[in-house]
Amino acid sequence: MTVPDLWADALPQVFGRPVPLPSGLDRPFHDGLRAHRLVVQHCTCGAWQWPPEVICHRCRSFDPGWAETAPDGVLYTWARVWHPAREELRVAVPYVVAVVELPAAGGIRLVGNLLLDDVGAAEIRTGDAVRGVFADQDGYTLLQWRPRD
Amino acid sequence: MSLRGRVAVAGIGASDYFKHGGSTESEFAMVLRAVLGAADDAGVEVDDIDGFVAYSNDANTPLRLATALGTRELRLGALQYGGGGGGSAGHVAIAAAAIAGGLAECVVAYRGCRQGEVGRFGRGVGYGGAGGGPEISGYELGGAAMGPYGAFAAPHKYALRAQRMLDEHRIGQGTMRAVAMAAYHHAQSNPAAVMRGRTLSAQQYDDSRWIAEPYHLYDCCQESDAAAAILLVSAERARSLRQEPVYVLAAGQSGEYRSGAGAENTPTLATAGYSTLARRLYADAGVTVADVDTFQIYDNFTAGVVMGLVEMGVCGYDDADDVLTVENLVAPGGVAPLNTSGGNFAEAYILGMGHHLEAVRQLRGTSSNQVPGATVTAAMGGPMTSLTSGVLYGTEAVL
Repeated sequence: MTVPDLWADALPQVFGRPVPLPSGLDRPFHDGLRAHRLVVQHCTCGAWQWPPEVICHRCRSFDPGWAETAPDGVLYTWARVWHPAREELRVAVPYVVAVVELPAAGGIRLVGNLLLDDVGAAEIRTGDAVRGVFADQDGYTLLQWRPRD
Repeated sequence: MSLRGRVAVAGIGASDYFKHGGSTESEFAMVLRAVLGAADDAGVEVDDIDGFVAYSNDANTPLRLATALGTRELRLGALQYGGGGGGSAGHVAIAAAAIAGGLAECVVAYRGCRQGEVGRFGRGVGYGGAGGGPEISGYELGGAAMGPYGAFAAPHKYALRAQRMLDEHRIGQGTMRAVAMAAYHHAQSNPAAVMRGRTLSAQQYDDSRWIAEPYHLYDCCQESDAAAAILLVSAERARSLRQEPVYVLAAGQSGEYRSGAGAENTPTLATAGYSTLARRLYADAGVTVADVDTFQIYDNFTAGVVMGLVEMGVCGYDDADDVLTVENLVAPGGVAPLNTSGGNFAEAYILGMGHHLEAVRQLRGTSSNQVPGATVTAAMGGPMTSLTSGVLYGTEAVL
């Protein structure tokens, strides 16, 4: 198996192209990524909400709004994956799954990969600051993370 | 009003247990054997079974079971919502409540698991096939929010929670190791255990390969072909049957605040989900943690069991490394004998159903790792999985 060209900033894709929910509920998020903007649900009551829902869990108004927020976060937790649970990932292990908390957006969390130079040996510390990287793929964009200098 | 002492387990049954791929029978046939075994153990006519309850999207439906077995009338067919093992005690809660409320009289709680036939959890989302088609969406494992980042199988999701526990609560890897070693220790004297004859030393654990840090191979449960069932009736009826009744002292389900928020957005990530459930179970049962003689806790991954033992009150996070040692987790002498049949890890992965059979054996005095004089036992649903659930069982002596 050859290593895909885009592997530098994304894993080989196992399941298909990420798209909005059939209901369109999270289309602003997906459209935002394509435009290299992080757009998440932000209700007029002030609550940040993720994943998106048709109602605000705090004030219970329907159709909460959306707002852009900076992709600056803190590593909330992580896992360095060594076992390729699918054949497609055999060339990609080890890789790091990161859960990133966004303090400026009410502490909501996003899942991505922590992109590291020496991923197998790098020391990874929960609580470290990370910065988002908009990684364009074939027809969609992923939000990845790198340590913040 | 609680369930305390109103309903009892009158019978237990199981198929033979095999490692993944080892059974030549279908999962449904294995479930039938478990049901027949439970009825036989209780001394109840199969015709009299009027309810079937399961969890985790069990494909062996109550109606198919009742039809196949030719039971007289099905009065209860129920499922606890949710995948994974969270519901592995909640179905017993449904059964007990239904019996106490008069909806049904003789209910079997069951689970079959023949991985390969229905898919393998270790392969992740879409595990039965190639993985869901050309497009993915949503916020669960393998969805658009996780799948593109290689987070699609159970070890990925639960390693994130484990790492958070290690960092937030300063827990050592040796405490996770102790959970695995206790299970393998207990399996060695259990004739039914798949891992009988395969011991696990600290060195073997430490030397085993990483699956997903912080999980070594032995932090993750095996996959099995197995089925198990328990038969519940009213306490009054149980006293007239063949076996010494094992009473439901308390049972319940729990999904804590926003615990279903996808893509790791549940407010507290490093939790088994037992915090409020355990308090409620103890209050309903009229017991404290000190009264619990054995802990049968769904062992999907070691870290969740550590969280579970803490949230059950066995110790705090501050002293977990000192209290949750192999010595303290094994029967008969440990402070908190854990998964005394070998559990999912080393007896068989029946999504936690085997834990109920072992709870009953401990209270009948027939476990292969018997805690002498055991009167109260906990059987807890999948930790780190919401909804989760739990049951406290007790003997006549504690009523």
